[in-house]
Amino acid sequence: MNIVNFTPVSALTGGLLIGLSVALFFILNGRMIGISGIASNFLVSKNNRIENLFFLVGLILGPLIYNIISNKEINISISNSLILLIAGGVLVGFGTRLSSGCTSGHGISGISRFSLRSIIATITFMIVGILTVFITGML
Amino acid sequence: MNKIVSLICGIVFGIGLVISEMINPEKVLGFLNIFREWDPSLAFVMIGGLIISIPTFHLFKNKNKPLFSSNFSIPTNKEIDKKLIVGSVFFGAGWGLIGLCPGPAITSIALLNMSSVIFVISMFVGFYIASKAT
Repeated sequence: MNIVNFTPVSALTGGLLIGLSVALFFILNGRMIGISGIASNFLVSKNNRIENLFFLVGLILGPLIYNIISNKEINISISNSLILLIAGGVLVGFGTRLSSGCTSGHGISGISRFSLRSIIATITFMIVGILTVFITGML
Repeated sequence: MNKIVSLICGIVFGIGLVISEMINPEKVLGFLNIFREWDPSLAFVMIGGLIISIPTFHLFKNKNKPLFSSNFSIPTNKEIDKKLIVGSVFFGAGWGLIGLCPGPAITSIALLNMSSVIFVISMFVGFYIASKAT
């Protein structure tokens, strides 16, 4: 194993902002952030629908506001085929709804509560993610 | 008021995903690639998030009520069941396949990247199927 592209400062800074968002949402609105929960409940549930929509709109405004403030371009690259994108998207949507959480809901909010359920979920999706990357890297 | 809070929290969360580069699938796949060329950066995203969210949660969970809402709503499910494990396995597989999880996927719509739009639509289909199946 080699360590590459290590950027701890920007990762920590971004993480602190994510923690700040989770903290504010809890203190002010009384809810623990989980993006898969917010997004899937927006789709299927009437409860808090407008509040959930506003959060999702905020997420999308994030990069645009960052771009205006910092004047830096944001580049991402996704090179997967259409079939893989659809399969990956359905797996992520189905899986996070079934297990009631994703990287934020289990990985940050759940672990903050010291929830055993969330700790087990986080370990599980991390291990499976690592194995998936290991296997696709051999193909 | 809590709609404004939602919007602001969404913006702060989205900017956090951009600065940490978690919005970039290559970065995420680098983090998951521990057996070859490993980029440990995203562990620091989690540390940064938890440093703030752990003390905040434990300081405020026993308070009467949040500022702009009538009560705290905290998940009560403690069951370690098949749904939790199977769901996490599916999620981990999709995450490892593309490098996007729900937050970064939705945030990346702002970049008008066609691949991430297709991913997000498929993800919502996945939400829908799971909500009907359970």
